[in-house]
Amino acid sequence: MNLVGAINNALHIALDTDPTAILLGEDVGFGGVFRAAVDLQEKFGKSRVFNTPLCEQGIAGFAVGLASEGSTAIAEIQFADYIFPAFDQIVNEAAKYRFRSGGQFDCGKLTIRTPYGAVGHGGLYHSQSPEAYFTHTPGLRVIVPRSPYQAKGLLLSSIRCPDPVIFFEPKALYRASKELVPVSDYEISLFNADVVMEGSDITVIGYGAQLGVLEKACKKAREELNISTEIIDLRSLLPWDKETVCKSVMKTGRCVISHEAPLTSGFGAELAASIQKECFLSLEAPIERVCGYDTPFPLSHEKFYVPDYLKCFAAIRRCIQF
Amino acid sequence: MSRFAPLLRTSWRLARSCGRASRSFASSPDIAVHPNIGRFSSELDLQFISRFDEPFLTFRVMDENGNILDPSLEPDVSKEKCQRMYKTMVELNVTDSILYQAQRQGRLSFYMTNYGEEATHIGSAAALEDEDVVFGQYREAGVLLWRGYSMQEMCDQCVGNRDDSNKGRMMPVHYGSKRHNFHTISSPLATQLPQAAGAAYAMKLQGRQACVVCYFGDGAASEGDFHGALNFASTLDCPVIFFCRNNGYAISTPIREQYRGDGIAVRGVSYNIRTARCDGNDVWAVHKIMDEARKIAISQKVPVLIEAMTYRGGNHSTSDDASRYRGNDEVSSWKLSNNPLARMRMFMEKKNWWDDQQETALRESARTAIVQVCNFSFSLLLSLLLFFPPPLHHKVPASLKEQEETLLEHLKEFGSHYPTVN
Repeated sequence: MNLVGAINNALHIALDTDPTAILLGEDVGFGGVFRAAVDLQEKFGKSRVFNTPLCEQGIAGFAVGLASEGSTAIAEIQFADYIFPAFDQIVNEAAKYRFRSGGQFDCGKLTIRTPYGAVGHGGLYHSQSPEAYFTHTPGLRVIVPRSPYQAKGLLLSSIRCPDPVIFFEPKALYRASKELVPVSDYEISLFNADVVMEGSDITVIGYGAQLGVLEKACKKAREELNISTEIIDLRSLLPWDKETVCKSVMKTGRCVISHEAPLTSGFGAELAASIQKECFLSLEAPIERVCGYDTPFPLSHEKFYVPDYLKCFAAIRRCIQF
Repeated sequence: MSRFAPLLRTSWRLARSCGRASRSFASSPDIAVHPNIGRFSSELDLQFISRFDEPFLTFRVMDENGNILDPSLEPDVSKEKCQRMYKTMVELNVTDSILYQAQRQGRLSFYMTNYGEEATHIGSAAALEDEDVVFGQYREAGVLLWRGYSMQEMCDQCVGNRDDSNKGRMMPVHYGSKRHNFHTISSPLATQLPQAAGAAYAMKLQGRQACVVCYFGDGAASEGDFHGALNFASTLDCPVIFFCRNNGYAISTPIREQYRGDGIAVRGVSYNIRTARCDGNDVWAVHKIMDEARKIAISQKVPVLIEAMTYRGGNHSTSDDASRYRGNDEVSSWKLSNNPLARMRMFMEKKNWWDDQQETALRESARTAIVQVCNFSFSLLLSLLLFFPPPLHHKVPASLKEQEETLLEHLKEFGSHYPTVN
């Protein structure tokens, strides 16, 4: 099953097991532009799976309202690049609904799914990774899956989690990433990072599509330099699993963090700051961050811009040789 | 199909005024323009239009002196209900004056009065049922009072003490009460509109025989959320009543600088939403319009837009000084000629349902009650336990527990520099 198929499968299960679940968004009715919602309207009807007008703030606000009165709201923002009109509804409303009412009201049954990241030809407005805008917002959960199996389990957990969740889907992997995915109903914890590969020389941290890039870089480091890398997939960025990360860095003494989003104020900054505080005496080298540059996402120069496996490999080597 | 058809479909008997009756248009046959959009009527006489020939009319029941304008419009309410409505309007008025003074004395951080808009609150709230869900903006305290939210709860919220149902998290007047189906007020303007549409949709699917009422002002109607909300409510058939309190001002900005169209009402028609405008200082017009709107929303599962024309009698808030941008003449002429409380009182006096003695007694008892509950609210302390652990996430993340420990550790040494808690 590929990643978009796993998402679709999770949505089938979510709608099937929860009669109050509603799926909404632009072009969702015919199956969605990425086909994540295919067959859902036919199966669950137009009242539960429907198109909305083209208005992201409307989608987010409407979904907050659905969740606040007892429906499970699964809203799609067609591209993460277009989530910004919904920013106020997400940051000022969804995130604060429970807190501001002293727990009287909440919109915890809200999940916003949105495809993010580089695809090779997306340019400024079909490539962005805006996760850090949301990880700076108490009251939200921010989840990014790396593979089809992970995507299905994490999405089901997100939909059923009683907090509002922003679920970033790595659209580059929608069709490229395939693995065996059980057709049954299963969930993956939103609290724990996943140690994808154990190692002893250096800890490499990422999330989403960047995990594949890091695995390739680590393979090269192992084959060419005999470096044993420990790879951690954060899965949940807010809240994030500091314990697993710091335990690993205290063991290896070295750390490389990578994400596609620009370096400055990216989520890597939070990781690096926390790691240096917790692991100061264990660190053997400065923490490296391999990220997008501090420019808007380019079109023709995408290959130079993205933190590809060679840049990650070079950072691992620098860190080891420090 | 006639090009008038969409307009006629949306009009209802309280507002038949919208149309372009005097415009001539060619009678050539309809032409297919697009297989999806459908057919258009031809027009051979090119004209650009910016408004309909007739303005939206304003529905009224009672004049400025409390006289019912037409016997057919005589309010169908008992003496008891009428007295309760008036009593709530006066209580709101008295509460406003006491809490406003409390802010001036430095006992409250902030306050917003409801002066002048009492009829929009009580007239509309009295036409609703308890199971109807309310999303407010911030100047709808009367709706809550009508629903049974007590003065004590109001004061506790404004003080932000340990009894505050919002647990001290919101500025004064940002009331919210699950018990009264009144969602907690949020400061950003118009965000409640798309939420109200979504909530109404959820309620429709759940088969609840109730509607959502969403209050907002003329300024909020300029926000993108307003337009998104009306379009969503229309295309998704949501049983929601959008209630615009057009009080003439958004802080200092008068409506002539806020919009150029025929108020907010005309926008409803463009979204194919049943729309009507009423005199917002006429409690019976508001009551009737809300009663009809509720029937439409619930029986037809569609949205309704109401524009109530009223006047903000006080400052925007205690942080505002309205004398900087509007003349005292304007305010005093409103007080003399169009005060909703005075109009309601005159109506009741004509029926021998009210007299000066009752008026004095009501104001006295309301004043005593509010002063008493205020003092009690001020005597309560803030509870630190309500800050940590916060009901922020369903489960408190480890990072937040760490931060809590940091604060508690800090307070061990420096606690005397912080507010007293218990």
